[in-house]
Amino acid sequence: MIRETYLNALIMALLLGIPLWAHVAGQPFTITLATKVAILGLAGVGLNIALGLGGMVSLGHAVFFGIGGYAMGILAHHAQTYTPLMEAPLLIEGTKFMPAIWLVAVVVSAVVALAIGALSLRTGGVYFIMITLAFGQMFYYFAISWPAYGGEDGLSIYVRNEFPGLNTLVPIQFFAIAFVALSLGLILSHLIARSRFGLALGAARQNSERVQTVGLDPMRVKLVAFVISGAITGLAGALFADLNRFVAPTMFSWHLSGELIIFIILGGIGRLFGPVVGAGLFILLEHFLGGLSEYWLIYVGAILLGVVLFARGGLIGALSGREVAHD
Amino acid sequence: MSVLLLIEQILNGLQFGLMLFLISAGLTLIFGVMGIINLAHGSLYMVGAFAAAAGAAATGSFVLGLGAALMAAAIAGVIVEVLVIRRLYDRDHLDQVLATFALILIFSEGTRWVFGSFPLYLDVPSWLSGAVTLPGGIPYPLYRLTIIGIGLAVAAGLFLLIAKTRVGIRIRAGESDREMIAALGVDISKLYTLVFALGAALAGFAGALVGAIQSVQVGMGEPMLILAFVTIVIGGIGSIKGAFVGAILVGLTDTLGRFLLPVLFGVFMEPSSATAVGSALASMLIYILMAGVLIFRPTGLYGKA
Repeated sequence: MIRETYLNALIMALLLGIPLWAHVAGQPFTITLATKVAILGLAGVGLNIALGLGGMVSLGHAVFFGIGGYAMGILAHHAQTYTPLMEAPLLIEGTKFMPAIWLVAVVVSAVVALAIGALSLRTGGVYFIMITLAFGQMFYYFAISWPAYGGEDGLSIYVRNEFPGLNTLVPIQFFAIAFVALSLGLILSHLIARSRFGLALGAARQNSERVQTVGLDPMRVKLVAFVISGAITGLAGALFADLNRFVAPTMFSWHLSGELIIFIILGGIGRLFGPVVGAGLFILLEHFLGGLSEYWLIYVGAILLGVVLFARGGLIGALSGREVAHD
Repeated sequence: MSVLLLIEQILNGLQFGLMLFLISAGLTLIFGVMGIINLAHGSLYMVGAFAAAAGAAATGSFVLGLGAALMAAAIAGVIVEVLVIRRLYDRDHLDQVLATFALILIFSEGTRWVFGSFPLYLDVPSWLSGAVTLPGGIPYPLYRLTIIGIGLAVAAGLFLLIAKTRVGIRIRAGESDREMIAALGVDISKLYTLVFALGAALAGFAGALVGAIQSVQVGMGEPMLILAFVTIVIGGIGSIKGAFVGAILVGLTDTLGRFLLPVLFGVFMEPSSATAVGSALASMLIYILMAGVLIFRPTGLYGKA
């Protein structure tokens, strides 16, 4: 058995080391895969704040991923066509400047998370799952039927957006951005889990009546966590769209929401690095099984079923052995 | 906009709502009795449609196709319950979501493996095709009218089954106190398998009926699953009556919204943008309806607090 801290260090070392090796060896595709792992891992880290810490099973987190994606798509689209986003009452222009895009992605995701969270946290349990799923689908259909930004076909962005001091078109440099974003997300997630707020959130997950009796509002604590969670997933969405230089309504699809949960469960629920390991495993499965069979998702389904029914600790649980508090 | 067209759209909405009820009824029953959130319910709908298409193609008879759909979905339901769902009763919702999500992947890819990626077609039988003239001179497709009738009949049958028969009494007892009815000597695990198979058969039946109007393809169950979720959230989870009211509401809102909103926006906008805005808004209408219900009644129209 390996201590979880060492295991986490090993995970980060691998995630950093493999693309660096690929850069030296001249294999840009491997770098792209690693970038994908980092970005999807970040989206999973975001969801884990709601799901792992707060016990909110959101089956609609693709909403925030998609909003991040469309924030990037819409802003960059206006910048590349030299058309303003809005003329009245004030002029808003598109931009290719990554930090500005990220800010928009995070803010819009947070606002939408506030609205969805406020509605769906009125009820709990199975209602919460179905309502988040339904709102996710609402955004999906809206993106399909709204023709201004490509409708069903999505939007292509010809040149990756810019970050001062870096050439984002070089794979390893864009990977660096994604890796730093993931690291910051992990640090934030760790700080939240250790903070007073994180303790209140964990308590709200386990017993909301008791949280109420000590004078805290459990719904408010959960709502704040849901908003933070949505904002992080939104940032990941903006990065993901930039990686592909393409956004489409599929970023809102509920399959993606399901996959984000799968990352968490494959890695091990309640583990800080669970979503990163899960995203890595999923991408590896996609890459290798996808090469073996067109129907690779059937194997993913079988593996997932096996993990849920028989190996609840996920990969980190299997390797480190130590139980974590989860109910 | 003519009144004739409006009435036709109302009938379409009713037909859609009734099919939605067949799916939602099973979903809500399974949750009410067994406490399981079953994402794979849409897959059972798909299994029904594929079985009907394959059965009708093999035998040349639409009715035999429907029988095949009922059988296949019920059998698939029993297999799924015995192999997977049974292990999930004591688990939390997260595990149920994940396991049934895994089942969707297995069902969808498995079906693609067997039948290929191209849609199958299930033809309306000749004795049900064509249009009839309703009172008032409204022409309406006979097949759609028939499935409105079938939908109403199945709904009535289901209410009778739950309210009047011994099995129905057990199902209701299982909903309110499962330990007690186990103590009274009812084999609870058989009852659960039965409820699950019943829900699956209803979904499969709906899949076969709808399959003759739309194409039969992999992934057809998922939009219906999500609409069924909206339906039972509106109606109140666990309530058959709620599922009925919710399904009719969702069916009418969706169908009439798609028809009326573009017309409505056309009053004060130019036609092309009215169509775009109207149809985009129409696609969100049922979710707005759901949000509205949740604001006033967080547990749905007929839900228990």
